[in-house]
Amino acid sequence: MIRLENVTKRYGETTAVDALSLEVPAGEVCVLIGPSGCGKTTTLRMINRLIDPTSGRIFVNDGDVMRQTPESLRRGLGYVIQSVGLFPHLTVADNIVTVPRLLGWDRARMGARAIELLGLVGLDPAEYAGKYPRQLSGGEAQRVGVARALAADPPVLLMDEPFGAVDPLARERLQAEFARIQRGLRKTVVFVTHDVDEAIRLADRIAVMRDGRLQQYDTPEQVLDHPANKFVHDFMGADRALKRLGRVRVDSVMRVDAPVASGGRSPEAISKRAACSESRFVYLVDANRRLEGWFDCQAVKREGSADTAITAVDWREVSVRPDTSLKEALSRMLGLGFRSITVVDETGVLLGVVGLADIEDTMTDSDAHIASAPAGGDEAGEAEG
Amino acid sequence: MKRHGAALGAVAFAVAGYAYVVSRQDWWAAALARLFPSLPEAVFPSATVADLVLQHLEIVLISSALTILVGLPLGIWVTRPSGKDFRELVAATVDFGQTFPPVAVLALMMPLLGFGLRPAIVALSLYGLFPVVSNTVAGLEAVSPAVLDAARGMGMGPWRVLATVELPLAARVIMAGIRTSVIINIGTATVAAAVGAGGLGSPIYSGISLQNGAWVLEGAVAAAALAILADTVLAQVERAVAPVA
Repeated sequence: MIRLENVTKRYGETTAVDALSLEVPAGEVCVLIGPSGCGKTTTLRMINRLIDPTSGRIFVNDGDVMRQTPESLRRGLGYVIQSVGLFPHLTVADNIVTVPRLLGWDRARMGARAIELLGLVGLDPAEYAGKYPRQLSGGEAQRVGVARALAADPPVLLMDEPFGAVDPLARERLQAEFARIQRGLRKTVVFVTHDVDEAIRLADRIAVMRDGRLQQYDTPEQVLDHPANKFVHDFMGADRALKRLGRVRVDSVMRVDAPVASGGRSPEAISKRAACSESRFVYLVDANRRLEGWFDCQAVKREGSADTAITAVDWREVSVRPDTSLKEALSRMLGLGFRSITVVDETGVLLGVVGLADIEDTMTDSDAHIASAPAGGDEAGEAEG
Repeated sequence: MKRHGAALGAVAFAVAGYAYVVSRQDWWAAALARLFPSLPEAVFPSATVADLVLQHLEIVLISSALTILVGLPLGIWVTRPSGKDFRELVAATVDFGQTFPPVAVLALMMPLLGFGLRPAIVALSLYGLFPVVSNTVAGLEAVSPAVLDAARGMGMGPWRVLATVELPLAARVIMAGIRTSVIINIGTATVAAAVGAGGLGSPIYSGISLQNGAWVLEGAVAAAALAILADTVLAQVERAVAPVA
């Protein structure tokens, strides 16, 4: 748990952070967001005392940070920055166990921990443990950065625009991986970003800041649907309904009962086997349920022949993963010109299908949900214009 | 890598060959007598080349050690928060130290420190300071701010950051500065003979005043060989301390 009480940071005449009070419950992700210069990074850096506040108090797990030495405080707070900052003269494995080394773990325990963490962040230990940072791509380096922050299993993670410097595709993947890791580890996370979509996707609560002041502190849904003031409203953007789709994972709305047909190559055979009843498409899979294509029932009716009804596909190009956001899935559909998109696991096994209609339902559902929800926002008291 | 090895072998062979010839005083004397047939005394009479090299090495080692002992901490200090304000002052001072001719420093030191080894070592130490300090500063400042931020953010104290992150990453640049300083020192240390500190400057100075070219050559060739040898050895050290190729 992290608590900021009336924290102010002044640099001469300028006030970077102005009387900020904020509480991040244990196990939650708090995203600090706002335009550059709003004080979000300063706020983050005051938590691990890379910057000391001018006034106010900061508590981590009920301990006043000013009563600890910066070094011992920081060893209990995982720290990830945009530029990663891996040590170029150390191997990936040695980079990861930086904090354990400071804490005096023995060699065997450090080696085992490095391997465990590489696996957790999706890098093959055999391949990556002995590499040097200059041999890594941006996305790989940031995975190692996250592994390094988690090395001594700190209860708190501080992340300063961690995925800001990688390309959009790698960022998407890193966000999904981070969400997966966080579901398992339940760290208390303070996450700084200026990317609204990223905030909406990853946050349990969003703290919107402007000119050092907290504008609104609430769940992403509340911030999107009930912005506290015009600034928050404008900052979240006009496409708020679309942004909310970033909160929903594909596997929470996909239909898993889509008709499938397996084996057999000839259109007639498929045509006979495919149960063209309610659904327009029948999905073709191999013996391992790996997606190979689909069969368009309407095309058969229209043209009387099954020849043109089969589309063979490479699942890598036309599918999304279960942890993809609906927003991303919608964008892929629009890009491919589809009205529905297949959901597969990492080996191409068909898990389900999401259609435009399902996404529409979600949008109306969540409207209904939010309309009926009590106007929570008990932490939003700090909001001011 | 292969070429590097070959060059290394050639240098080692040449220096070893030269050393062997010099160590056999009669061969050396015969060689010089043939080169300078008109001179009555082709070999410097006061000391053998081996003795002169030892004297020279003593001067160089002491003054270079002092240079490093002063220059390295000075370079580190001016890149710390406590020394940041003195950076320009230190840079200007060591810069001045190198522009000031060592012979002039010797002349100024004489009234203070007298004759012999001491004024020579002071002059040479000051003269060699510039490359050590400037490379230490350059090497430390080249360490990425992100790396330093990460190091501090993970709970390393200032000394640990310096010892385990900054110095290893700056080691190659610092070592290059030390190499330059030592090489310059080997050549410059011949001026020590002017205040009676001996070394390879002795035959050179005597040769100049008595118009004996053989003596000048004797000292100069030895000094050059020493410089080449030191350069080769220190280049190897530089490679060894480089964290990542």
